[in-house]
Amino acid sequence: MNGASSAVVVTDLVKRFGDFVAVDAISLEARKGEIFGFLGPNGAGKSTTIRMLCGLLRPTSGQAQVSGLDVATQPEQVRQNIGYMSQKFSLYNDLTVSENLNFFAGMYSVGRSDLTSRLDWAIDMAGLRGRENSFTGTLAAGWKQRLALGCAVLHRPQVLFLDEPTSGVDPLSRRKFWDMIHTMAAEGVTVFVTTHYMDEAEYCNRLVLIDRGKIVASGSPLELKQKYMAGDLLLVECDEIGTALELLQGAPGVDDAAIFGNALHLVVPKASAAIAAVTSYLSQHGITVQTIEPIRPSLEDVFVSLTTARTGAATEKPIP
Amino acid sequence: MNINRLLAMAGKEIIQIKRDARSIGIVIAMPLVMMLAFGYGVSFDTKHIPLYVYDMEGSRQSQDFLKRFQSSIYFRVVKSVTTYRELVQALDDGKCQMGIVVPADFSSRLSSGETVAIQALIDGTDSNSANLGMGYSQAIIQAYSQQVTTQWQQRQGHANVLPPISVDSRTWFNESLESMATIVPGVVALVMAVVGTFLTSLTIAREWERGTMEQLISTPVTPMEIMFGKLTPYMVVGLFDTCVCAAMGVWWFGVPFRGHVWVFFLSSILFLTVVLSMGYFFSVVAKTQLAASQISLIATFLPAFLLSGFIYPIDQMPAVIQVITHAVPARYYMAILRDVFLKGTPILLMWRDFAGLALFALLLAVVASRAFKKRLE
Ligand SMILES: Nc1ncnc2c1ncn2[C@@H]1O[C@H](COP(=O)(O)OP(=O)(O)OP(=O)(O)O)[C@@H](O)[C@H]1O
Ligand SMILES: [Mg+2]
Repeated sequence: MNGASSAVVVTDLVKRFGDFVAVDAISLEARKGEIFGFLGPNGAGKSTTIRMLCGLLRPTSGQAQVSGLDVATQPEQVRQNIGYMSQKFSLYNDLTVSENLNFFAGMYSVGRSDLTSRLDWAIDMAGLRGRENSFTGTLAAGWKQRLALGCAVLHRPQVLFLDEPTSGVDPLSRRKFWDMIHTMAAEGVTVFVTTHYMDEAEYCNRLVLIDRGKIVASGSPLELKQKYMAGDLLLVECDEIGTALELLQGAPGVDDAAIFGNALHLVVPKASAAIAAVTSYLSQHGITVQTIEPIRPSLEDVFVSLTTARTGAATEKPIP
Repeated sequence: MNINRLLAMAGKEIIQIKRDARSIGIVIAMPLVMMLAFGYGVSFDTKHIPLYVYDMEGSRQSQDFLKRFQSSIYFRVVKSVTTYRELVQALDDGKCQMGIVVPADFSSRLSSGETVAIQALIDGTDSNSANLGMGYSQAIIQAYSQQVTTQWQQRQGHANVLPPISVDSRTWFNESLESMATIVPGVVALVMAVVGTFLTSLTIAREWERGTMEQLISTPVTPMEIMFGKLTPYMVVGLFDTCVCAAMGVWWFGVPFRGHVWVFFLSSILFLTVVLSMGYFFSVVAKTQLAASQISLIATFLPAFLLSGFIYPIDQMPAVIQVITHAVPARYYMAILRDVFLKGTPILLMWRDFAGLALFALLLAVVASRAFKKRLE
């Protein structure tokens, strides 16, 4: 990969808060026009990384370039070229939809010739036609998020940083939001997005998994599934799922076990051999198996298997 | 500075000022209430001080002397008592704030050219009124004394004798007893110091508290544009408030306005630059609205109240304190306002005060503009 085709290049980036290392020497590269997914459990360091890339936090060490500009030394030039949606909604609730849009158009000094068409475009895109004069604080979460996206892209940025843009939003709104992301990516915008939703991760061209400040895996969704799921995956539906999990976690011939919805996913060396073994093992312990079948791994399986060593997710401290 | 961003910033701030009921309260109610509170608190209260008199002599001359207290607007003679005990009791019960005792040998000593001591008892709990009461009674006695002396001299054909009546007290401020005239310009400066700082102390802290700062600083807006965009609307609001205060001084408290309007505006713009920058600075440093507004109140009110010449004349302060007052911007503004209201001195003669004010305006604007960093840490 060379710099000219990369929108974001990060090399050994570190962020410390006192003694605590929030981002631990990560390196990554996002290509132009790519949807780049940044995944990780709570407190993994996703927001901290994005904030450094937007010039909002100063890296402790390492380098990061966005559109070829160094975030530590040229933060203002970086800001001209990016759009940012913070994890916490941060438009003005006491301003109306169009007042917020006008304000951010001003902040990005969107040219007069372009202004009306950009504002119209943003309102249509966010589906807020007819609600231009509603107070932003009264909008439902899905609308707020789309408005925030609208505000962040009025100036046609080359790179868009979205920090959990769809958290707390209903599935239909999430779908609409991702349609917008795809449209923009198709126009050549690089979208750097964090999410907790694995179905959303599947939409990304490339993914990086981060855990406790370190990158634990990267690649396309397909690559990740092939590379990081060494064994086969079994789906088990049974009674007393909690007890079953405990039993299976230490059981011989089971590499890993985790709860998914109301079923268990097991990582086993060979599916055909494990089906009989697991069924009898569980029935020895008085648990009846309803279903047991091999399945294709999802990203969530990859995600869980890569981060299970972790005990309890750290809670995110707010920025003071 | 980019004009689009500046206008957008100022426009947003104006919308928010208009929409926030609390800021409307600060803009309109705070100056009015403070003008009334300080205007009356410092001067009107001390008008009509309730007074008990104890005339031990009861002669025509002693009655004539006590009439002067009756006719003064500063006193209200509640009762004339016949024992000392009654007088003390009335003071203790709060029925009066002051008692005047005329000795039994009042007229005889006066006619023989001796000095008479008048006893004044004052309830000191409200030290302001106590001091003023002291001052007013002293002034009345002095005037009476003068008259008696002149009469006595005429009778005796003498000159240069001691005034026959003395009171050992003096007021700490406003000795000329032109209460309203000197106090009101000071109140205007005091009120604007507090209101001006308070107004902007909320601006940056509000963005932090509401979480809007993160989005704002991710845009290319510069710290300068943020500061000017935010302060310009408050400069207009501040000038409006200054005019409200001045108008109240003139039409409500009856203080003259003898200077030029443009001198008033020039000094007000300079002073507002000082206090608005100060409030902005506190807002940047404190990051919460509560902390910022509290720091603002303490940091502006106390110096402006104690060290600006408002409550104590600067030339009567200890030398060290006099030096310190030069670091209190309200000092210069107050001096200018007193001139503008009461004298109408040409601006050139006030150049020291203007220079002081301009220096602080520049200094604080620079400090405030440097304080804000577009970072989350
Ligand atoms: N300003 C700060 N001071 C101290 N610690 C911080 C600060 N900001 C973040 N942290 C810590 O750094 C770690 C990473 O935080 P970050 O917000 O980047 O996580 P995240 O991956 O975005 O998590 P989430 O999914 O919950 O948003 C957390 O443990 C957090 O508590
Ligand atoms: Mg986060």
